[in-house]
Amino acid sequence: MASSVYLCLLRAVFLVCFVNPLIQGLSEDESVFQNPHHQQEENLTGLPIVTFKWHHVETPYLVIIWVFVAGLAKLSVVELNHHVISVVPESGLLIILGFILGGIVWGADRAQTFKLLPPTFFYYLLPQIILDASYFMPNKLFFSNLGAILIYAIFGTCWNAATVGLSLWGCYEAGVMGNLDIGLLQFLLFGSLIAAVDPVAVIAVFEEVHVNEVLFILVFGESLLNDGVTVVLYNVFDAFVALGGPRIDAAEIFKGIFSFVVVAFGGSFLGIGFAILLSLLTRCTKHIQIIEAGFVFVVGYLAYLTAEMLSLSAILSITFCGICCQKYVNANMDEKSVTTVRHAMKLLANGSETMIFLFLGVTAIDTEIWVWNTGFILLTLLFVFIYRIIGTFLFTWMLNKFRLVPIEVIDQVVMSYGGLRGAVAYGLAALLDEDKIPEKNLMISTTLIVVYFTVILQGITMKPLVQWLKVKRAAHSDLKLIEKLNNRAFDHILAAVEDICGRIGDNWWTRGWNRFEENYISWLLMKPKARKNRDYLFSIFHKLNLEDAINYVSEGERQGSLAFSRSDEAANVDFKKQFGSEFADVMPNIMVDMSNYELGIEHFSVTSIVKDTIPSVSLDIHGQDRKNAMDDINAHHLLQQHLYRSRKHQHRHKYSRSHFSINQNEDEVQEIFQRTMRSRLESFKSTKMGVNPAKKITKHHKKELTHKMPNGHPDGTGHLYGDEEVEGLCVFLPHLIEAGIENPVFLPDMDSPTHSPPWLMETEAVAPSQRAQRRLPWTPNRLRRLAPMRISTCSTDSFLMADVSLTLEEHEEHSQTDHVEM
Amino acid sequence: MGSRASSLLREEDIEEIKKETGFSHSQITRLYSRFHSLDKGENGALSREDFQRIPELAINPLGDRIINAFFPEGEDQVNFRGFMRTLAHFRPVEDNEKNKDLTSGEPLNSRTNKLHFAFQLYDLDRDDKISRDELLQVLRMMVGVNISDEQLGSIADRTIQEADTNGDMCISFSEFTKVLEKVDVEQKMSIRFLH
Repeated sequence: MASSVYLCLLRAVFLVCFVNPLIQGLSEDESVFQNPHHQQEENLTGLPIVTFKWHHVETPYLVIIWVFVAGLAKLSVVELNHHVISVVPESGLLIILGFILGGIVWGADRAQTFKLLPPTFFYYLLPQIILDASYFMPNKLFFSNLGAILIYAIFGTCWNAATVGLSLWGCYEAGVMGNLDIGLLQFLLFGSLIAAVDPVAVIAVFEEVHVNEVLFILVFGESLLNDGVTVVLYNVFDAFVALGGPRIDAAEIFKGIFSFVVVAFGGSFLGIGFAILLSLLTRCTKHIQIIEAGFVFVVGYLAYLTAEMLSLSAILSITFCGICCQKYVNANMDEKSVTTVRHAMKLLANGSETMIFLFLGVTAIDTEIWVWNTGFILLTLLFVFIYRIIGTFLFTWMLNKFRLVPIEVIDQVVMSYGGLRGAVAYGLAALLDEDKIPEKNLMISTTLIVVYFTVILQGITMKPLVQWLKVKRAAHSDLKLIEKLNNRAFDHILAAVEDICGRIGDNWWTRGWNRFEENYISWLLMKPKARKNRDYLFSIFHKLNLEDAINYVSEGERQGSLAFSRSDEAANVDFKKQFGSEFADVMPNIMVDMSNYELGIEHFSVTSIVKDTIPSVSLDIHGQDRKNAMDDINAHHLLQQHLYRSRKHQHRHKYSRSHFSINQNEDEVQEIFQRTMRSRLESFKSTKMGVNPAKKITKHHKKELTHKMPNGHPDGTGHLYGDEEVEGLCVFLPHLIEAGIENPVFLPDMDSPTHSPPWLMETEAVAPSQRAQRRLPWTPNRLRRLAPMRISTCSTDSFLMADVSLTLEEHEEHSQTDHVEM
Repeated sequence: MGSRASSLLREEDIEEIKKETGFSHSQITRLYSRFHSLDKGENGALSREDFQRIPELAINPLGDRIINAFFPEGEDQVNFRGFMRTLAHFRPVEDNEKNKDLTSGEPLNSRTNKLHFAFQLYDLDRDDKISRDELLQVLRMMVGVNISDEQLGSIADRTIQEADTNGDMCISFSEFTKVLEKVDVEQKMSIRFLH
């Protein structure tokens, strides 16, 4: 709004004033620089107190100025009119801003001094984005869809390149484009560089449009992996153009195909090699924890550059480096380093992306490069669009024959519409050799137009399209209660039946790989301490303790100590009765915001946010007439908030450039598991034992939980119970532990917890809220949190938790030693 | 494992199951080997413990109820035919249903039968009505521990109110079907079995 306008003006003024004299100073200093001593001797009449040493700092200064400007650009884009932002994606706005800035610079200089040069782009701006994308890549989702991704990446890109190139050539031969100095090979070269879907653009646009995970990973994975093909095609056709038409024979073509294999697999293996190196490094960096975060970036960049040096696919290299090292690096490094890496990664990636889009705009304002050929440009746009659609549908049709969960038509439409081209295409176009390809400027112009079209136009229309097509997205909330309940029930039912059927086939491979990975690879790449901590028990326990401590402190600060004496539940319900109707429009927003809450356990965030925005004065709005409406809101809100999430419901895409969340599902799973085990215990006992249930459950207090479903290991489990009555239970019950949650509904006859957390003991004035009491752990020695999920601090690794972690049937039998470090 | 398992399944059995459930030959053999791998006691039938051994079911709120759904009334063992009959409910609905001419009426995976399966998960006493208590039990299973009984009760009341058309404070099967008519049950209650 007003502030952004001022910012824009400020920046414009700044640039013009500053850059202009700089440029002029530049040309002066050019001559000066050649004879520095001469100059100094001539002009030196007295001791200069201050001198203007532009030429000393020129390059870094300009770089920093542009980084600064990019930051300001992002700031002003974000501060713009809310309506504009919700329609146009940020990347589009940045490009437009780039146009403006480019116009200013051009107006000052009559020449575009600041262009996006390919080396800058490929060596300094692109790697961190790819590294960020791969480091936060949801591995399980990626690998389970890897087949589809590869098909799209390899065959889809080849199809796009071939069809666009050939169609354009056909049209040229038909005379539509007028006179151009161009041939079939050059068309194919152009086709190959314009064919590739761009990861930067895809992230930028899809991030704002939250589509379901599978769709996102397909488009995104394709955009990452198609670099292998793009590099090969580009180099092959470049070489062919240099060789000239007649010298190409079957041998050369075979070499081309072979080079694909070498480049793609070579790049990937190189990346994996660097990932191993990085993991081993972080294994040893215990004493230099301050700088161990830096290794991630350094080694990642090394992977990129090494692949580039060996003319392998650099993007593939850094992608696989990030994908493979995630788990081990996060396990090995100190928590603070992990946090540092995550934040720094996001910072760099965000910054680079901003700069790329900004420069894409700036570069356009340059009279030298623009060559307009209506036929060429329009036909390119048309063909790119159409062949993407055809290709996507064709390959999806083939894939659906083999997929367990077919890709729907609507998703296919979004996938074809989401084939965005971006800076990579421009970079490749700018790298073309003018001597060999006389029409280079035409190609650059066309590429730029295609990029602008896809990023701006398709970006703007993507959200409305997704909404219009009713693509599966995050939950909508106008359903009746019973529909909501049933939807969730169906999800649970399906998940259960899928598990019963065993998902025959791929599960076996997954389990086999997990076993192999656990025994050999982790042994090599993870610190021994980290390996021990892989036990979800301990790590969840530790992590939840940390979260609890932080939440406890912030809740206390927010509400003051008196807040704790009010029961949490009463506050919840009362609030809704009093404020429900008045603030009904606030509440839905809160629901949405919950997902952005970084640390949040959902229940906590709602109460705290809600308490923040509404003054805590109690209003007496006790309209009896409003009761019914409020009950309705009440019920919907409660149900929405409290229904357990099913496995399917985690299908919200979790990759985000600017947010990352820690998984909040652990408590739910904990509760469900505990409850199921109790009820099984009850039914088992009622059929076979008839012993006092409470006694049994108390026995389980001190045991440790492992997740081994004892498939016929009565000896292993028997001794831990040490009680012959209980041995019969070992057949189907894992060892149970009492978790921190006391649900009075279920265990009325249990002793209420007499211990409270250590830090509570000191401050007797503060009684913990009911929620806090439930959440805080008990003394570390006796209890472990019940957590069937494996975690990693990388949030995106906890997908489909039930699937993966629990299929690890071989869990190391952890001894009873206390490995809690508090 | 595969060859031994399939030798225990006779061709006539496969044919009968195929007619009854609509699965293809290869799907039946695959599911049979899964059945066999679950059957630790190797007596050709699954007991509740066999199902409970599947780890993911333990953290599924409705896990135990679904296990119960496999077992016919009052029995403790389910043989392969019963297993397949229950799984047949989850077959995707196809347009060219070959067994539409079943004399026994609708195929097992029709929309009505899918809904009936879900209905029976709620309706424990099989009186064709979901009472408030039964609904409360299901809600309690599916909802977190932080929600109190009164709140749950009000949700249950609200839910029944939405669906109940004849005022008997219970949800009958026809009311259930009616209230879910907008929901895409065919999609939500189908698994794609590998061919």
